[in-house]
Amino acid sequence: MAFGPHLLLATLEGLVSAAVLSLTALGLSLVFGVMRIVNVAHGEFFMLGAVLAWAIASTLGGHPALGFFAALVLSPLIVGAIAWASERLVLSRLNYDPEATIVATIGLLYIIQQLALTFYGPEARPVAPPFSYRLSLPWFGYSAYKLSVVAAAIVLLLSVWLVLTRTKIGLVMRATQYDRETAQAFAIPVERVYAGVFALGAMLAAIAAVLIVPISQAHYLMGQDPLLLSFIVVIIGGLGSLRGTLVAALLIGLSDGIVSMFFSPTLAKMIATLLVAMVLVFRPQGLFGATQR
Amino acid sequence: MADALTISGLDCYYGEVQVLRGLDLSLCEGEVLCLLGRNGAGKTTTLKAIMGLMRARAGSIRLGDTELTRLPAHEVPKAGIAYVPQGRRLFAEMTVAENIEIGLNARNKGGSVRERVLDLFPRLRERLKQRSGTLSGGEQQMLAMARALCLEPKVLLLDEPTEGLMPSMITKIRETVAGLSAMGVSTILVEQRVDAVLPVANRVAFIENGRNRETVSVEALRADPSAVNRYVGVG
Repeated sequence: MAFGPHLLLATLEGLVSAAVLSLTALGLSLVFGVMRIVNVAHGEFFMLGAVLAWAIASTLGGHPALGFFAALVLSPLIVGAIAWASERLVLSRLNYDPEATIVATIGLLYIIQQLALTFYGPEARPVAPPFSYRLSLPWFGYSAYKLSVVAAAIVLLLSVWLVLTRTKIGLVMRATQYDRETAQAFAIPVERVYAGVFALGAMLAAIAAVLIVPISQAHYLMGQDPLLLSFIVVIIGGLGSLRGTLVAALLIGLSDGIVSMFFSPTLAKMIATLLVAMVLVFRPQGLFGATQR
Repeated sequence: MADALTISGLDCYYGEVQVLRGLDLSLCEGEVLCLLGRNGAGKTTTLKAIMGLMRARAGSIRLGDTELTRLPAHEVPKAGIAYVPQGRRLFAEMTVAENIEIGLNARNKGGSVRERVLDLFPRLRERLKQRSGTLSGGEQQMLAMARALCLEPKVLLLDEPTEGLMPSMITKIRETVAGLSAMGVSTILVEQRVDAVLPVANRVAFIENGRNRETVSVEALRADPSAVNRYVGVG
């Protein structure tokens, strides 16, 4: 293949990983931004989304589209409910203490992972894509499903942004993020906001996982890479900054796709990690993060 | 006159350190009660305890028939108490309009309240789209008051509203407090300086070591200012 088409292919692959990554990282960033909690179990909510998608799709049977869309709706809801319950039962009892919640979410990570291993098993299993149309470009064919993942991610990111900036719920979330105590003095039920945000963050990861599972298969250890990359994205973009998360996800996703294809995936990870180091040294608040009050 | 708010035997702790020791306080309807005292005497803690932001270990805070110490913090404002914290604590990255909306949402107040509050502070109306963190100090204080008044409170808690403001702004704040009092709003005002208090307060409570030592009327204080020296020190 000539260089041009090769680069186009790498860019498309990069866009797909950027799309999934931006959704996952946005979930992590929302949880950290509003609750000041480093959720180490975030990757496991991603994994759970994918595993549940397989379970739902294979239980339903029938046309692939039926199973997939059922999974796209149900799997995030179940994951959200699990996250909501773990917030109520664990994190809220720790008073959201930063160190204690890190340890608690590490525990959550292992519990979810081992439960998945016990009940789902060590195999990697695919979910059939809802449609298998291939776009034929002059140089190569490309899966239309992959492009629809990018489109779905854009729609979801836009809706999150609209909710945050234009609705009452968004206003309440931002008020809680800036100043928890003053928010309470204005009748904002901070505890309920926290539970909701934690569930929402997990649901975003689960949606990303359902979208990716027809491309990359469900596996009980699949949460590790998204967790690491999400942290990288959130640190580069600036904690709690939606725009930063988006830009950083594009940057990391695209460079990951392109560098992986032309050189090696290891080099792509090295570059991402180097970027994090540079950002931490020269701009600790991230590219778009505001300086803390 | 009837009490709008009654505090009795209130104990509050920061961790293991006791800040309030059996504090008693009563706020009459429509009056401006000023809390005076040295740094660390427990004035701000008293306001936070009323808002439920500090948990009371003992004692009671009653608003009419409602026992506030039993309510979670976010239910207290719904009972009709609004809080202007020390240092204003605006949602600095939000616009003026958004800060006001948060105030309105607290008790589901609508457009007419918003108009009335903005009429009170016309300068805010010109800056609705501006980020509140970029307002001048006086305008920020106005916004903090406006946000609180959006609750149409029965009781208003003001923590050092004149701190660091220029004289013209202090006058404006003072006029607003007097106007609210005429409308039947009861106010607790925390101040450090007695001269900021005398023109607006009805009574002054001297707080020392977490106790209310003495509550005196402003007339009595004018006649005999010795209490000021006793509780506030060189002032």
